[in-house]
Amino acid sequence: MVLRVIAKLFIPFVMLFALYVQFHGDFGPGGGFQAGVIVAAAVIFYALTFGLQTTRRVVPERLVETMVAAGILLYAGVGVAGMARGGNFLDYFVLSKDPVAGQHLGIFLVELGVFITVSGVMLAVFYMFAGRGRGRHDEQ
Amino acid sequence: MMAATALAMARVRNLFAVVVLGGLYSFLMATVLVVLDAVDVAMTEAAVGAGVSTVLLLGTLYLTHSEEARPRHRAILPLIVALVTGGLLVYGTLGLPEFGRADSVIHRHVAPRYLEQGPKETGVPNVVTAVLASYRGYDTLGEVTVIFTAGIGVLALLRRRRRDDDGGRR
Repeated sequence: MVLRVIAKLFIPFVMLFALYVQFHGDFGPGGGFQAGVIVAAAVIFYALTFGLQTTRRVVPERLVETMVAAGILLYAGVGVAGMARGGNFLDYFVLSKDPVAGQHLGIFLVELGVFITVSGVMLAVFYMFAGRGRGRHDEQ
Repeated sequence: MMAATALAMARVRNLFAVVVLGGLYSFLMATVLVVLDAVDVAMTEAAVGAGVSTVLLLGTLYLTHSEEARPRHRAILPLIVALVTGGLLVYGTLGLPEFGRADSVIHRHVAPRYLEQGPKETGVPNVVTAVLASYRGYDTLGEVTVIFTAGIGVLALLRRRRRDDDGGRR
């Protein structure tokens, strides 16, 4: 009971911190990898306190599996977009009129792709492992 | 303290304790990385090493036994192999430049250019992010591909077919 209340209080802040790590990665330490694992850790914490079934409803498996592929597609898509606009693969300078703004946009999108794939893979692996037990995780 | 943790992990037979000690080891490692000013890596280590992988190992323990089986062979040969490998690695570090020396080779190649031009060219004050996502974008794409491949590998191995998915779990 105590754990559940604490978890409810805690998880929003963990998520917020992950977003901070993600979007503040340009200025401080952090980025897609770190934010991705922090989000995954928050969801796993949720699963440990509220049970796997509830978590599957909140973060459905389909979504997780889509995320695994979507992130890397976004990353590679940014590279292809650079090519389509006349640069090299993963050339961010051409993404916008101003080269620096283009770099900013490119880095932002690429980090977002990393974030999506990393958190997706972490959660997918967790679901696979946790789902193999005969559901006793759900009662804890 | 890390050495003590590692030794304890090797001695203890109860795997639950080993997993918890592994988490402890990861946190100590994260502390070391913070001391080395690699905060990005420390964050990853704390979240993945201590958090996610501990949970995954506990999940695995739940599926198997929590006592380690008695080894069937003597530990002498593996011990020798490990000692020789470790000795070779330590010998290899003798050839490395002194830690933190500014004029060693890797600090004179492309690093100065990244440090000087990075903020100007990318508009991103954090050089780590600039190098990771922009200058070394190919490598990072490769890393993400590795993670992706690992993920779909696990999915392919462990995923049950839809049909048993409904009937088999309960």
